[in-house]
Amino acid sequence: MSEMVCNELVGAITAYLEGSLSDSDRRRFDAHIAECSSCTEYLAQMRETIDRLGNLDERSLTRETREGIIAAFRDWRAG
Amino acid sequence: MGPSDFSGTARLASLRAGDERAFTELVDELSSPMLKLAGVYVANQATAEEAVQEAWIVVLKSLNRFEGRSTLATWIFGIVVNIARKRGVREARSRPFSSFAETEDEAVMGPERFQSADDGWPGHWAIAPLPWPEHALETAETTQLIRDIVADLPEAQRAVITLRDMVGCAPGETCNALGITDINQRVLLHRARTKVRAALETAFGATVVLV
Repeated sequence: MSEMVCNELVGAITAYLEGSLSDSDRRRFDAHIAECSSCTEYLAQMRETIDRLGNLDERSLTRETREGIIAAFRDWRAG
Repeated sequence: MGPSDFSGTARLASLRAGDERAFTELVDELSSPMLKLAGVYVANQATAEEAVQEAWIVVLKSLNRFEGRSTLATWIFGIVVNIARKRGVREARSRPFSSFAETEDEAVMGPERFQSADDGWPGHWAIAPLPWPEHALETAETTQLIRDIVADLPEAQRAVITLRDMVGCAPGETCNALGITDINQRVLLHRARTKVRAALETAFGATVVLV
């Protein structure tokens, strides 16, 4: 099994994070990360990016829209 | 909070029985993800609100036919996608024939980032990532930058990264809501995440030339 190089790791990173790499590719990925500080940094940055995307903001409906939706529910319940 | 929290059959029974409190709770829990998802397809907040309201009306009309093959939230997200996409086409932000099947091999990281066959270590970094400045991710400028990058992604990539990373859906839920395959979902997510990370790196100037 050939060693993974940096550009292959970059292409496989989402599959790695998704847990969808084959066992052998996951071992090649982990072996490369253990030796390569740049790819270790790349993986860390990808995780930070994903984490940041998940904490950007919460949105909320205007009170008017929310009340409109609840009024639609009452209409629906009334048949 | 993941959308899988919304899946209970007890809750579905309460809704069908006309329990207003259960309904209101669901509306409040799902409003933020529904607005984010509608925002993938429509340009402004007012239209996104209309799409969410219209989606709830469709949900109510269809509630007794919902078979529970996906979670309640996933089913609702799929309805939001359909409605917001139609509105987006009308608004002309979203292209009518934009496809989820982006099969062409789009380069997400430029080949110049890696050493060529003529260099010492083919396939290894030529321009390597450097650590990002501490706290740089947390600034208001970065938050706005990320929003702008996501807004500029192709629609299918924007939809997937919104559901997966901004709303917190599981891969299977995302496939169901968008009607795409598992592999397609992963390719789109990969492209979207790679571009967002790369844009942050550019903004932070965090690279070093190795060869």
